[in-house]
Amino acid sequence: MIKLFKIRGGVHPQDRKQLSANQAIENLPLPPLLHIPLQQHIGAPAEPLVRRGETVLKGALLARSQGAISAPVHAPTSGRIMGIGGFPAHHPSGLSVRTITLQPDGNDAWVDHLDPVADPFTLQPDDIARRVAEAGIVGMGGATFPAAVKLNLRNRYALHTLVINGAECEPYLTCDDRLMREQPDEVLDGVLILARGLGVERILFAIENNKPEAFAAMNSAAHAYSQVEVVGLPTRYPMGSEKHLVQTLTGRETPARGLTADIGIVVQNVATALAVHEALRHARPLISRVMTVSGGAIRQPRNIHVPLGTPLSSLIDFCGGFKQKPARLISGGPMMGQPVPSIRVPVVKGSNGLLALTEEEVRLRSEMPCIRCASCVHACPCGLLPLDMAAQIRVGSLDASVNLGLLDCIACGSCAYACPSHIPLVHYFNYAKGELAARQRAQHKQNETKRLIIIRKARMEALKQAKHEMMMKRKRELATAKQRNTETPSTEVGA
Amino acid sequence: MIEERPAPGPYTHAGTSVNRIMLLVMLALAPATLLGFYLFGWPAILLFLTTLLTAVLAEMLALKLAGKPVRKFLLDGSALLTGWLLAMTLPPWAPWWTGAVGALIAILIGKQVFGGIGQNLFNPAMVARVVLLISFPLEMTLFQQPLPLCSASAPGFIDSLAISFGNYTPVDAVSSATLLGQIKTELGRGVPFDRAALDAGSLWRSSWGDVAGSMGETSALLLLTGGLLLIYKRIITWHIPCAMLGTLALLAALFNLIDPVRYVDPLTHLTSGAAVLGAFFIATDLVTSPVSRQGQLLFGAGCGLLVYVIRTWAGYPEGVAFAVLLMNACTPLIDHYLKPRIYGRDSKGEPLNYVESASGDER
Ligand code: SF4
Ligand code: SF4
Repeated sequence: MIKLFKIRGGVHPQDRKQLSANQAIENLPLPPLLHIPLQQHIGAPAEPLVRRGETVLKGALLARSQGAISAPVHAPTSGRIMGIGGFPAHHPSGLSVRTITLQPDGNDAWVDHLDPVADPFTLQPDDIARRVAEAGIVGMGGATFPAAVKLNLRNRYALHTLVINGAECEPYLTCDDRLMREQPDEVLDGVLILARGLGVERILFAIENNKPEAFAAMNSAAHAYSQVEVVGLPTRYPMGSEKHLVQTLTGRETPARGLTADIGIVVQNVATALAVHEALRHARPLISRVMTVSGGAIRQPRNIHVPLGTPLSSLIDFCGGFKQKPARLISGGPMMGQPVPSIRVPVVKGSNGLLALTEEEVRLRSEMPCIRCASCVHACPCGLLPLDMAAQIRVGSLDASVNLGLLDCIACGSCAYACPSHIPLVHYFNYAKGELAARQRAQHKQNETKRLIIIRKARMEALKQAKHEMMMKRKRELATAKQRNTETPSTEVGA
Repeated sequence: MIEERPAPGPYTHAGTSVNRIMLLVMLALAPATLLGFYLFGWPAILLFLTTLLTAVLAEMLALKLAGKPVRKFLLDGSALLTGWLLAMTLPPWAPWWTGAVGALIAILIGKQVFGGIGQNLFNPAMVARVVLLISFPLEMTLFQQPLPLCSASAPGFIDSLAISFGNYTPVDAVSSATLLGQIKTELGRGVPFDRAALDAGSLWRSSWGDVAGSMGETSALLLLTGGLLLIYKRIITWHIPCAMLGTLALLAALFNLIDPVRYVDPLTHLTSGAAVLGAFFIATDLVTSPVSRQGQLLFGAGCGLLVYVIRTWAGYPEGVAFAVLLMNACTPLIDHYLKPRIYGRDSKGEPLNYVESASGDER
């Protein structure tokens, strides 16, 4: 058993995992239409390869990745492409994003687009990364960073350890818990492949202690592999934050503005590992995922295996609808999740939960002034002063809030959770970060414009100069010509 | 079905609130307050009620004038608590207007002038106490020997009305100085400090609270119980009380060791006056104390140091109010300089650099 280290701050929200923890993963019947967004990951959107009216088989490549950080999108089932166009995104804004609409034909017939490998452990790391990229796998804990890009970190960093994040520290969510309990061998296989892809020898599989069954299952699966250590973590939010998980396991902090790779560690999620197993062993691209549908307003909370692109409404129907009117519909966990703009929006690669929360669960109260109680300071796992940052943002001094560490905030929500005055602290921080990013873009644009203006000015100047010179030259020529003329008397004096 | 108003996350909460905090603090104060009522009888109860009522009315008025929602802010309970704390520090038989004037000063000048809850730099109750002490030194230093409620010598309700609202002193009431006051006077007169006064019995009486003193300050033990409740309920942390009482005890022990005749022993310091009330309920006031742990330790230590210095060398027998106010003034400075270290950065705020430090010290 390795020695664990303490992290600062953190909170203990009621985990309410018992609502769905004992529900085995069930398959969702195919919905009548799937809406598959072209961007389900951080990075550039995928570029569509299919046209309206085309029929595709399950697993077919619908859109290819473009750019260094991107991920392809595959068909979750066989059927006909109904169109490519704007559709509300799985994002609180509900803005429309480019989406492929697929009408399932009900056959669910596969095409073998990827080639399976008999023994992935004979593959070179580059080959594994390529296959992971081709399968469209992204971080499935919610971050949706393309998994292959993370594997390729080995080219730039000296890596030594792969950490598998099975903390699942968000309340309510149980999908990773169920995966570890139901498919420990498959998950472990994916983990071993990931380690091979990273070229690391040591694997720490971290699970919060509130999931004893998952721990036992993974522990017995990993028994035969001496390089894998399954570690029980103290239950505390945000244990699943990459940097804090690594700190708990190693005692080292990731440098500010850096990656865990700076200290030789890459973190991957449980569901991501399973997707890697599916892709390399069975040539299955990432076209479905397991989600927890839960919350006090859901009639029957469940863990569901869902084709990507399924409208959230299908999940709610599958869970028997609402027991009562939900006060909030949240995608993800209650701490860091986002409100969903509509139940029409589709499930994407990063969706790990859909929560229908009651008024009583949300505990929304009207905001009071800050009483400087320091609850937020003690709750912050990053050593920040949320009250001061929020105060600066409130008066518009974004730079002052940056000096206080705004950009080191991981938006975990612990501060706002603990605030007795119910101040929406994270909201301030997100607003300020967005504003700063916008300013930066504006600044960039301004600089760009300035640069163009300067170039243009220089060009004009050069042109003027050239014209001037030309004129002077002409004048000189004229003058010499005149001189020659005056030598011979002329009548055109007034000219 | 989905609310239009985008409510910011997180979508769960610890369930704490400002009025819950205030209620818990009042609950923690209740035992010592009830003992005060019992020991000092009806006059104390009347003074207490007057002070609290004035505080609430003053708050109401100020909120109205400022155009703030009266109900919402009145229900946070902070005005009630300020009044309560002030009443705890008043001499139990002080005339009613000391409580009323004090409450007005606390709420209007100590709190609302700064902009209301959360904005004040100084602890309102202590502002009021100091102003009262300076303006009405006589009334503020006339302490009563305990005359337990319903005991033969205790004034009845009617007499008590006369004591609080009239200007009547019953014959068998014995006014006396507090222990600290007594010591100060005697030492001032050059009389060496009488150690016999501090036998085990009197120490017990002074920790339990059966001595002359302010209405709610006398029982160190009950206040300690309340303070521990606050720590258990995570309203306050141990840092300020421990640093304050620790520093006070340490200094007292040190000087007592040097010259036991001129310097009072640490236990007397801890159990008398407003030391415990101050450490757990006044210095820990959320609004006016620093937010970081290091800051709180420094703040507490500063309070302890000042209390000792004022008690020992300054003109006043008790110094908790002054000490807390002085440290309140330092709070912004402390908060500015003692910030927690940010994750992934060194104490200077630069990102950690393992490559450079690898050769040097291991972080
Ligand atoms: S959201 Fe940011 S400021 Fe608040 S606790 Fe988390 S890291 Fe700290
Ligand atoms: S938790 Fe809320 S009330 Fe307390 S200091 Fe932080 S922002 Fe202020």
